[in-house]
Amino acid sequence: MVLAESTNHAIADPGRVFLEEVIARTGPSCRLDMCIQCGTCGGSCPSADDMDHTPRTLFAMIRAGMREQVLRSNTPWMCVSCYLCTVRCPQDVRITDVMYTLKNMAVASHAYPDSTAPDFSRAFIRNVETFGRSFEVGLTAQHYLRHYLTRLPSMAPMGISMLRSGRMGLTPPRRIRGMRGLKRILARAKALEAAS
Amino acid sequence: MSEYLYYPGCSMDSSGRSYRDSLEAVTAPLGITLREIDDWNCCGATEYLGLSRLPAYALIARNLALAEQARNGTNTLVAPCSACFLNLSKTNHAMAEDAAFGAQVNDALAAGDLHYDPDSLRIRHLLDVVVREVGLETVRSRVTRPLRGLKLAPYLGCMVPRPDYDGRWSDPEHPSELDRLLAALGAEVVDYPLKTECCGGHMTQIGPSTAFSMIRRLVDAAERAGADMMVTICPMCQMNIDAFQGEMNAHFHTSHRMPIVFFTQVMGLAFGMAPEAVGFGRELVDARPALARISDEPVPEAEPARVRRPGRPKGPALPMPQMPEAGEVTR
Repeated sequence: MVLAESTNHAIADPGRVFLEEVIARTGPSCRLDMCIQCGTCGGSCPSADDMDHTPRTLFAMIRAGMREQVLRSNTPWMCVSCYLCTVRCPQDVRITDVMYTLKNMAVASHAYPDSTAPDFSRAFIRNVETFGRSFEVGLTAQHYLRHYLTRLPSMAPMGISMLRSGRMGLTPPRRIRGMRGLKRILARAKALEAAS
Repeated sequence: MSEYLYYPGCSMDSSGRSYRDSLEAVTAPLGITLREIDDWNCCGATEYLGLSRLPAYALIARNLALAEQARNGTNTLVAPCSACFLNLSKTNHAMAEDAAFGAQVNDALAAGDLHYDPDSLRIRHLLDVVVREVGLETVRSRVTRPLRGLKLAPYLGCMVPRPDYDGRWSDPEHPSELDRLLAALGAEVVDYPLKTECCGGHMTQIGPSTAFSMIRRLVDAAERAGADMMVTICPMCQMNIDAFQGEMNAHFHTSHRMPIVFFTQVMGLAFGMAPEAVGFGRELVDARPALARISDEPVPEAEPARVRRPGRPKGPALPMPQMPEAGEVTR
C-alpha cells in the first residue's frame, strides 16, 4: 500500500513532469536530468548579468516544477547562443538547446510578458516565409517602429552609412523559386510538431 | 582546382557585401571553386529555433537536401557565415544522431518532394577549408605583399568553434587556426584572449544594453592588445562590432574606433589586391587608415627583452623554517 502511494506520488511530481516534458521537446540527448547544479553555465555566460535567473537556478526551478516562473523568466531570451556553457558543462547538458526549448514553450503558452524578443523572431521568420530569404531593412524598420521608436534618431546615421556603403538595400530580396515547396514543407513541419 | 558546394547565406548580399567581394576575389588564387546551391533559402539564423523546433530544422534541411542533389564529385558543403555553418551542421548532426527525429524532418521535406540522408554531406566553414584543405603553404605562396607591421586581432566569434559537432577545431575557446592564417599573411598577430567570445548576436535588436556591454568588452580588449584592426570570419560579428560601435560609444560615452574586417579581405590584400577591390571602405569604422602601417621593409627581429631577475634582498631576510640539525631535539 505504502509502495503504491509513493509510486503515485512520483508520477504526480510536478517537477518530474515538467522536466520530462522539457527533455522530450529538446531531444533525449540533451541530458538535462544529469545537471549537478555546479553553476559552470552561469559562471561562463556572457549575458548572465542581465538574466532573471542563472541557467543553473532555472534548471533547479524546472526540477521543482515551477513551470509558470520558468516560462516567465527572461533567461532563455537573454541567451545569445554562444554555446560556451554547452562546451564547458561537465555533464554534457546541451544547455543552449534547452534554452531554445524553453523559448518555444514560452511562445506557445504566451507566458513571457516582454514581447520584444519573440516579436523580433516572428518578424524575422515572416520574411523568410514570404521570400525564402531574410530581409534586413524590412525587419529592422518593422522592429524599431514597434519596439524602439526612441532609438531611431541615434540609429539614423548608421542606417544611412549602411545604405551608402551598399551594405543594405531598400528593396526586398527576390523570392526564391521554390517558395511554394518551402511553404508546404513548413506547413507539414508545423502540423507534425502540433501532433507530437 | 578543388570544387566545393557553396551555401552563401543571406548576409553575403547585404551587410556582408565586403565578405562576398573579397571571397570571390581570393578563390582563384587559393585554387578553389565554389558551386552555389541553386535556389537555397535562409537558414533562420537563431530566430526560428527559438520559436519552434521541427519547422526550424525543416527550413535548414531543405538546403541540405538541395545540396545533396547537387553533389557531383564533391560532398563538402562550405558556408562562410557562422550562423549558417552552425545551423547546417546542427541539423545534419541532429538528424544523424536521432533517427526518429531525422525521419520527422524528412517527412516534412517530402511535402516539397525533397529528402536528405544524414551524414551524406560534410559541412565545413570556409576558414576550416582554407587552413586544412588549401593549406597554409599554398596561402603563403600566394602572398605578394606581406602585411608586415599590421597588428591584427583574430576574432572568430562563438558559433564556428562551438559546439563543433564534427570535432574540426583545435580548441572550442582558444582555437589557433585564424592566428596561423594571419601569421602566414605576414601580419603581426596580437594575443587576443576574447577571440571566441560572443559579439552579442541578435541582442543588438532585442536587448541593446546587453549587446553594447559585450561589444565594448571586445573592442576594448582589442585596443589593449594593440591591434590596428580586428579580423573576423562571421558577418554577424562584423556587423555588430562595426555598425553598432557608434551607438555603443554613445551609450557608454566612450570614443572607441576599432575597425573590423573579414579574413578574406586581409588575404586579398596580402595577395596584392587593391583594398577597395576586396571590400575595404564599406565598413563604418574605416579600416583603410590603418593600412598605412603595412611596411615594405622587413621588420627587424626584435631583441628579446632582458628579463630582470630579482636579486637577493639586502639586509636580514625574513626568518625561514630550517631542517633541524642531526641530534638536535625538537618538540
